[in-house]
Amino acid sequence: MASLIETDIVIIGAGPVGLFAVFELGLYDLECHLIDILDRSGGQCTELYPEKPIYDIPAWPKISGQELTEKLLEQIKPFSPGFHFNRMVTGLEKLDDGRFEVTTDEGEKFRAKVIVVAAGGGSFQPKRPPIPGIEAFEGKGVFYSVRRIEDFRGQDVLIVGGGDSALDWTLNLQPVAASVTLVHRRAEFRAADDSVNKMLALREAGAVNFEIGQITALQGEDGALQGATLKGPEGERDIACTRMLPFFGLTMKLGPIADWGLNLNENLIAVDTEKFETSEPGIFAIGDINWYPGKLKLILSGFHEAALMAQAARKIVNPDKRVVFQYTTSSTSLQKKLGVK
Amino acid sequence: MTKLTIVAHDGVNFDIDAEDGSTVMENAVRNSVPGIEAECGGACACATCHVYIDDAWTEKVGSPQVMEEDMLDFAYDVRPTSRLSCQIKVTPELDGLIVHVPERQA
Repeated sequence: MASLIETDIVIIGAGPVGLFAVFELGLYDLECHLIDILDRSGGQCTELYPEKPIYDIPAWPKISGQELTEKLLEQIKPFSPGFHFNRMVTGLEKLDDGRFEVTTDEGEKFRAKVIVVAAGGGSFQPKRPPIPGIEAFEGKGVFYSVRRIEDFRGQDVLIVGGGDSALDWTLNLQPVAASVTLVHRRAEFRAADDSVNKMLALREAGAVNFEIGQITALQGEDGALQGATLKGPEGERDIACTRMLPFFGLTMKLGPIADWGLNLNENLIAVDTEKFETSEPGIFAIGDINWYPGKLKLILSGFHEAALMAQAARKIVNPDKRVVFQYTTSSTSLQKKLGVK
Repeated sequence: MTKLTIVAHDGVNFDIDAEDGSTVMENAVRNSVPGIEAECGGACACATCHVYIDDAWTEKVGSPQVMEEDMLDFAYDVRPTSRLSCQIKVTPELDGLIVHVPERQA
């Protein structure tokens, strides 16, 4: 059943800047819900470079993407934000009462007075291998994830890639598929040793095929996949298949944000530099996703933008409340919110 | 300064005076070489700065480390001469290096 969540603020993107926005908004008692397409918070920091050190976070001469994310989660814990992972925001509409309604691809709805887009480089989506004409097969013969195992029952399945997803699905689909062929460009894998050993044992037993090479072309009609061309060390040959699962990692796409009617500047959301508000009042954009003259794509800049955005957002949510600006160092009321004893 | 030539896929040569210690990717981006996307900014995390090392230079440049080899799995039309340009540091020994940009990044 589709659920409805009503809150003060919906933040799209749970990367470092979206997380810090929870802190700045929380100081003004604003309740936040974060939505992210990944399965955890941290955005690019945890998805692309969890182990890589970052050197330009003030007061942290060196901190990894993973550590930074953990520290931010610790910092915003007192505000108990709602996290909604593995979801893409697909729709954003203005309601008659002045609030916004956000819809996700899982069918949930959120209603909030303020929307904060902190979506970084956009949403992480599976990479489409540049095989000519692959688009025509997507959703019919070519899938980038397995949503229903039944779609693969009795099919000749071609899996491409050498990571955990490729190996796991080779093992999981082998019992239901008519045949499974794994294609990888080399004999070494990035997957767990256990999965690789299981796959090699199945290959030994003749239950799965493993080929070294790269897929260069697809055959079929009207989206119905019939075969693929494998370019291997011994040249090219065709493999019969009715389903293909390419696992080439993730890339960032602006996605549905482009359709929300916000003013864009080369795929980035144009904002002012006082409030970081978009062309639609009540919708803010902070971090790598926004653009203004002089913009620097730094986590540092995103934090600054979050702080100023929060000042504007609190006035929208509580227009009549008189608020005096206070410092966390000296304000007992702010410290109470942070759980300082 | 070290001479570096990046050949774009359409055959246009970019002759660059590269600073020693910089990466081939950084030089490609600074000189707006088409086809080098470098989405992750040089963290060896995206495989969108894929290049082919010119045959004459493969030995001098050397082969990729394990992490780069893993990341090359995400690139398209990977060949024995494939490298990620963010992982190649310019040194005086590479003076005259030629690399080729593939048709597209995955």
